[in-house]
Amino acid sequence: MPPTEKVFEAEKPTMTSHAVIDCDIHNELPSLKTLFPYLPDHWRDYISESAFVGPDANDYPKGAPTTARPGSQPPSGPPGSDLGLLREQVLDVWNVDFGILTNAYWVQSIHLEDLAADMATAINHWQVESWLDPESRLRASLVVPSQNPQLAAEEIERFGGHPGFVQVIMPIRSLIPYGKRFYDPIFAAAVKHGLAIGLHYGGAPGHAPTPAGWPSTYLEEYAGMAQVFQSQVMSLIFEGAFDRFPDLRVALIEGGFTWMPSLMWRMDKEWKGLRHNTPWVKQLPSEYVRNHIRMTVQPINAPPQQEYVVQIIEQLESDEMLLFSTDYPHWHFDANEEAWPIQLPDALTAKIMAENARAFYRLPVGVTRAGAVQS
Amino acid sequence: MSVHPDVATLENKLASDNTKSATAVIDCDIHNAPPSDKALHKYMSKQWQEHQQMVGNRGHTGGIYTRAVPHAARHDSWPPTGEVPGSNLEFLQKQLLDEWQLEYGILNPLYPVGGQLNLEYGAALAQAMNDWQQAEWLEPEPRLRASIVVPYEDGELAAAEIHRAARQHPGFVQVIVVVRTKEPLGRRKYWKMYEAAAEHNLPIGIHFGGAGGGPITGGGWPSHYIEDHGGMPQAFQAQVTSLVCEGVFEHFPTLRVVLIEGGFAWLPPLAWRLDQSWRKLKAEVPALKRAPSEYIHDHIWLTTQPMEEPPQRQYFNQLLQQLDADDRLMFATDYPHWDFDAPDRAFPVQLDRELKHKIMAGNARKLYNLPPRI
Amino acid sequence: MAKHIIGTVDEIPPGERKIIDVAGRSIGVFNVGGEFYALRNTCPHQGGPLCQGRVSGFLTASVPGDYSYTRRGEIVRCPWHGWEFDIKTGQSWFDPVQTRVRTYPVTVKTVELGEEGEEAITNIAESEQADGLEKGPYVAETYDVTVEKRAEKQFIVVEIP
Repeated sequence: MPPTEKVFEAEKPTMTSHAVIDCDIHNELPSLKTLFPYLPDHWRDYISESAFVGPDANDYPKGAPTTARPGSQPPSGPPGSDLGLLREQVLDVWNVDFGILTNAYWVQSIHLEDLAADMATAINHWQVESWLDPESRLRASLVVPSQNPQLAAEEIERFGGHPGFVQVIMPIRSLIPYGKRFYDPIFAAAVKHGLAIGLHYGGAPGHAPTPAGWPSTYLEEYAGMAQVFQSQVMSLIFEGAFDRFPDLRVALIEGGFTWMPSLMWRMDKEWKGLRHNTPWVKQLPSEYVRNHIRMTVQPINAPPQQEYVVQIIEQLESDEMLLFSTDYPHWHFDANEEAWPIQLPDALTAKIMAENARAFYRLPVGVTRAGAVQS
Repeated sequence: MSVHPDVATLENKLASDNTKSATAVIDCDIHNAPPSDKALHKYMSKQWQEHQQMVGNRGHTGGIYTRAVPHAARHDSWPPTGEVPGSNLEFLQKQLLDEWQLEYGILNPLYPVGGQLNLEYGAALAQAMNDWQQAEWLEPEPRLRASIVVPYEDGELAAAEIHRAARQHPGFVQVIVVVRTKEPLGRRKYWKMYEAAAEHNLPIGIHFGGAGGGPITGGGWPSHYIEDHGGMPQAFQAQVTSLVCEGVFEHFPTLRVVLIEGGFAWLPPLAWRLDQSWRKLKAEVPALKRAPSEYIHDHIWLTTQPMEEPPQRQYFNQLLQQLDADDRLMFATDYPHWDFDAPDRAFPVQLDRELKHKIMAGNARKLYNLPPRI
Repeated sequence: MAKHIIGTVDEIPPGERKIIDVAGRSIGVFNVGGEFYALRNTCPHQGGPLCQGRVSGFLTASVPGDYSYTRRGEIVRCPWHGWEFDIKTGQSWFDPVQTRVRTYPVTVKTVELGEEGEEAITNIAESEQADGLEKGPYVAETYDVTVEKRAEKQFIVVEIP
């Protein structure tokens, strides 16, 4: 073993000996006022004069134990809104090559589309100035008003050339399923700029989160979000999104992954008999999944029997689909070590911890790590 | 229930036939249908007959995904008489009960009763459907058992029909609702129905289908039948989540639920996710005394159709292990529908003998309290 | 390889099919645009009576909306789960190499009829037995002609290994 690597090992904290790319880190807006420098005057005054308080979404109830890990709230704002804390609690702890910011400020739930569009622009400016510029290990997700794909595409054009943005983020709960051609301007712009599409937990389109109406509890909505992910995967495949955009890459973020094999089996079975209804679907749906879709690992939804999770990973029939994530500051586990507790062969672990994300988001070898190796 | 005079003859026939399968088979999902709306008139009051003729059935419209085949039926299941599939007992006997030598079959009619916007009319239809089932299916055919059709969107009306039908005929072994309801089935508006079912020791069968008025996914209305049909497991997951998290099984500790035509590979990951979520959020649901997976294990049965068909056989065995439902998994054909599972060919793996007996008949015999006939 | 007369050409017009039991198995004989094809009447999936399925065309699309519809009348869909098979080759659409249904060679045999139709058929069967022609499921009562002058009749012959 070359001595340089030994030095590198010694410098590392304890979490893992692998390179790490964290694909789900939330950068929260400290307050609406944070956006004022980036908003046109008429919106600043509108927000001050009207009852507007932001999108009508409640994906992360303030006091829910899943919403914020202990100690993640800075004095200046909500959990996840402080870069210093984020460095301390995620970037340094995991010694990440890169952290992908997944801003979940759902302008999609602002019915006033022009405000939604300008809010998105403001958020993206803020992301550049407050996160990307000061921290080279971070990459970010473009917030877009996807309820109006034309305006969303304009937003992608505005920021798509900035190397800090690696994907377009949208809530998994949409008004219209994402496979529909309605969204083509977004996909076209994303593909043009080499951006992935990140579909993330949450959203408030106004209709029920389940196929059978509104559940009573947050627990149900939180757990039930996995079904919305499943529906969107079906939509993307059966509506031909990947046939229209062969370079389209989709990350499913914060939706779990253990349900994916069962969905692949069901889709493949359906397709064998109903292919002629959606003839643009040219191969087994599970092949589209493996070719185009990636999934972040948190929340893991693991049973006590670790061998079952290993079986599920085997059933994916791909070692490229899983992307490590902490979902900071959200809290699905109890200690850092549990962010990825599954014991797998070294090569596969390396892929999950960083290399799958590196390939998917087209990221270079990490600055920190490359430096360490070269020193 | 009265024993049909031909039972002995039938049993001799069964014993002597060159059987397709040496294993007894109970089919937990058979769809009988009235040949026409009018066929129910003799079981309805004059008032409701006139109502039916004037406005007919009215449910949540706008959610139709054209099925790939008429009546979602096997192309070969149309009776020679030209009636709709599943409406002719004689043909059903021949094509299903005799062909596969079924020990029992459970009837789950899907005539649109519970989805009626007019609840009183729904109640009248439920009553007519159950009387029709009793007179035209249960009495002439001893191999059949039936599910009580109910106006499920109103707990009290549903409970009243359960009491009426269950007292009227012992051939009713279950209460049937559909999976796409107006609200999640754990909500209190449905609890009177569970109370009545539990009182008569009848399981609640939740079957594929329905229209609750909202989009069929949490992300809006899709475009294609393959998404409607293939997306049904998402609705089943929502209902399991609701029943467990809303504490239905704490309130009705003897209640058993059968998930019919939902598949079953999605259940283990759902149970894991519910457990993990509950560990963090349990303070929100103080009614729950145990982990969600424990309620699932004690209260939820599943039928096998549509059979899971993973690309590798060992995945199916892994699934059975993860599912841990050797005593709760029950075979079903879904006759006469196009996604029919054949009793002798459906399973992608060779099941061990004991498990096969349980899934093909034993579990259903126990759940529905059916005396062995073969 | 035994040859079986399964009927006359007139019995199966273009677009039609006939399902027959021959040599202990159920077989569907299809007339596709004047050519005859024979398939085992059992779907390799779950054993459904494949040849009772709907006969349709082959719908493809590069992207949604860009439909191309070809080969009408050449694709049979299993009456149970809708799996599509090419009537001419027995290959399934989704997995033509591994998922396929057995096909059998079909030929049309033209025979010059004598004065007695029934006798002629018997004669065909007998004369053909030398090169392996087994006697029907085809039976003479479905064929009843009085021949004023010498006539030809065409028979469909399926070869079963």
